[in-house]
Amino acid sequence: MSFGPHLLLATLEGLVTAAVLALTALGLSLVFGVMRVVNVAHGEFFMLGAVLAWAFSTLVTGHPALGFLLALVLSPLVVGLVALVAERLVLRRLNYNPESTIVATIGLLYIIQQSVLTFYGPEARPVVAPFSYRIMLPWFGYSGYKLFVIAASIALIAATWLVLTRTRIGLVMRATQYDRETAQSFGIPVDRVYAGVFALGAMLAAVAAVLIVPIQQAHYLMGLDPLLLSFIVVIIGGLGSLRGTVVAALLIGVSDGVISVFFSPTLAKMLATFLVAMVLVFRPQGLFGTTAR
Amino acid sequence: MSGHAPDGAGSASKAWALHAVVILGLLSLHVLLPDYHHGIAARIMVLAVFAMGYNLLFGYTGLLSLGHAMFFAAGLYGAGLPVYHLGWSVPVAFATGIACGGLLALAVGVLALRTTGVAFMIVTMMFSQVAYLMIYWLGDWTRGDEGLTLSRSERIVELGPIFLDLTDRDTRFLLAWALFSAVLVLTVFIARSPFGRVLVAIRENEERTRMLGYNAFANKLSAVVLSGLVCAMAGAAYGLLFGYVGATFGSIQYSILPLLWVLLGGAATTLGPLIGTYFMFYIVDFTQGFLRAYMLLVGVALILLVLFFPKGILGTIRERWLKWLP
Amino acid sequence: MAALTPLLVTRDLRRAFGGLKAVDGVDIAVMPGEVRAIIGPNGAGKTTLVSLICGRIAPGSGTIRFDGEDITALPAHLRVRRGIAYTFQITSIFANLTAYDNVALPVHRRLAGRDNMHPRQLREAVMQALDRVGLAGRAGTTAGTLAYGHQRLLEVAMGLALQPRLLILDEPTQGLSDGEIDNFIALVRDIARQATVLLIEHNMPVVMELADRITVLNFGKVLAEGTPDEIRRNAEVQAAYLGSTADV
Repeated sequence: MSFGPHLLLATLEGLVTAAVLALTALGLSLVFGVMRVVNVAHGEFFMLGAVLAWAFSTLVTGHPALGFLLALVLSPLVVGLVALVAERLVLRRLNYNPESTIVATIGLLYIIQQSVLTFYGPEARPVVAPFSYRIMLPWFGYSGYKLFVIAASIALIAATWLVLTRTRIGLVMRATQYDRETAQSFGIPVDRVYAGVFALGAMLAAVAAVLIVPIQQAHYLMGLDPLLLSFIVVIIGGLGSLRGTVVAALLIGVSDGVISVFFSPTLAKMLATFLVAMVLVFRPQGLFGTTAR
Repeated sequence: MSGHAPDGAGSASKAWALHAVVILGLLSLHVLLPDYHHGIAARIMVLAVFAMGYNLLFGYTGLLSLGHAMFFAAGLYGAGLPVYHLGWSVPVAFATGIACGGLLALAVGVLALRTTGVAFMIVTMMFSQVAYLMIYWLGDWTRGDEGLTLSRSERIVELGPIFLDLTDRDTRFLLAWALFSAVLVLTVFIARSPFGRVLVAIRENEERTRMLGYNAFANKLSAVVLSGLVCAMAGAAYGLLFGYVGATFGSIQYSILPLLWVLLGGAATTLGPLIGTYFMFYIVDFTQGFLRAYMLLVGVALILLVLFFPKGILGTIRERWLKWLP
Repeated sequence: MAALTPLLVTRDLRRAFGGLKAVDGVDIAVMPGEVRAIIGPNGAGKTTLVSLICGRIAPGSGTIRFDGEDITALPAHLRVRRGIAYTFQITSIFANLTAYDNVALPVHRRLAGRDNMHPRQLREAVMQALDRVGLAGRAGTTAGTLAYGHQRLLEVAMGLALQPRLLILDEPTQGLSDGEIDNFIALVRDIARQATVLLIEHNMPVVMELADRITVLNFGKVLAEGTPDEIRRNAEVQAAYLGSTADV
């Protein structure tokens, strides 16, 4: 294959990565933005979503699309519920203290990951894609499902954005993000907003994971990479800025796809991580964000 | 936090007596313990040094790092690679490992200390991740996950009349004990020194400390470097004493473990790191026998500690009963 | 009392937060040994001004000279070492340390670098500072458990322990009882025998009793400056400040 088609392929792969990453990072960004909680267990919500997707899809026989649809609905719900319980039992009791919640979510990371290891095992398991249509381009065939992932992600991000900017729920969330005390004194149930946001953040990660399992198998350690990449995206995009998060996910996802085709992935990851740490050190408001509050 | 205070002299002698008892008690384990636990005790003492290094920064200075695995790994590889590839002698390699940790800590400190709180935690974690990936990137020398095993001939120390065989269980135990004791005494000195008081003051109220004429940045940087040196010392000793140098020790897990040990034993207590390491090591060792997912316990322990027991074992004892505990 | 060269001089000092000009071209000169009060309505820029002087925040423009030296670019801790001490408006002590250890920190900083520092010297200096504010009997008490008035005194003792040439007191009498205020006035008089004092204060009787000169700030600018009598008679000040918020 010559350079042009090769680059096109790499870009398409990058867009798939970016689509899933944007959804996952959006969840992390939302939780940080509204609650000021850095959720280190975010990657485990992603992993749990993938593993549950496998579990639900095996419940149904017949056309693979049925199992997939079931997973797409149920898996995020269960993950959201788990997050809700964790929020009520742990984060709320810590009064959302930033440092304590990080330590607690590290604990949560191990609990989820190791529970999955116990009940699901160390194997990697695939979920069959709901359809196997291939689009034939002049140079190569490309999976129709992957294009569906991109489209689905765009739709979900648009929906989230609409909820945040156009609805009362979004208004309440933004008010809470802007000033917790004032929001409380205006009668906003901050406590319930926090619980909802934490669950929603986890559900976004779970949806992303359900979308990706037909491409990448479910495994109990698969949460680490999305966690680190989401951190990278959220930091570059500016902590808590949704628009920045999407832009950064696109940048990281596409460049990750392109870079990993041409360079050693370890070196690429190393440099990316280092550069992002430097962004956090020298430009904590992110590359696209305005000044942090 | 007594010390110069009017009741200083009495509490100082009590504290020193307690540490002497602990150090001698550990030495007595050398003859008391059966083989299996003897080996574990040697490991725990080295890992407790790691925890004490972490405690200097987290406990006393109040800086929560999520990347201390990089300092342990710097010591581990800084000592292990020259021995394995260049045939350096053990003492020189040990010193090299410590120096690597110190230099790394200086570089990381200068950068990471521009941030505070949550950002500091994430930046240190990311730097540590870079170091971890570097171990794989340099796979030709480090052999990544598989790691390097140091042979017996590489672990013999001959210094004039001194001959030490680091593969010998007694030698190993006594060296681990000596290292632990030295670092424990060092920690007590630091905790009681003016420098240690400034670190505590920075932890309690950085702005006020600055307005009393102290250079907060320089003091915090010193704490990072000191902490990095001690953790690298633990890493170097671990590699040389137990003969294995592998990438696992650079993973995030080894940044979380010292945090857990210190939280459990009691942050900003001199003996907390030892107690926390001992407890956690045995809990994990015990459950590993029948539970594959033993890290589950680490998760549960972290959450329970942070929720119900944030001062840890010794911190709580100090608060309730023994105010003089350093 | 008046010397020829001022200890502290600010020239056209400015600092804005967003669009708000908190300090907007302030020139002041404080003579050695003087007790200078800075008064003004809330939001007039008093705390910002002294924060610029002690180095807690950086100025937008302008210069600060202390004892003839330009200290505008000097970090806060080095200004402290040159003799500028600041006591916080919101009590800012080390709550988990004993009163003794709170004061030992600044004493140690001051004595640091002297080769022959003796532990006894340290102890004496700490106890002396505590004694001056009347807290010698509570040296072993954890600072956070002290009564509020005592915490304010401890705050001052920490400043005194630095043996500063310029002591900045930011609303020191806030929240004190009348009896405590009387003792406090006596304490500041005592301090003023050795140090220059810059006093931000809302309590006008305290200001009138203590100050040698008064600077009135309003909207970040110097509205008036003079002796207590001159300020009391100044019609502009009356209008902006005294008439509305305080009864003299």
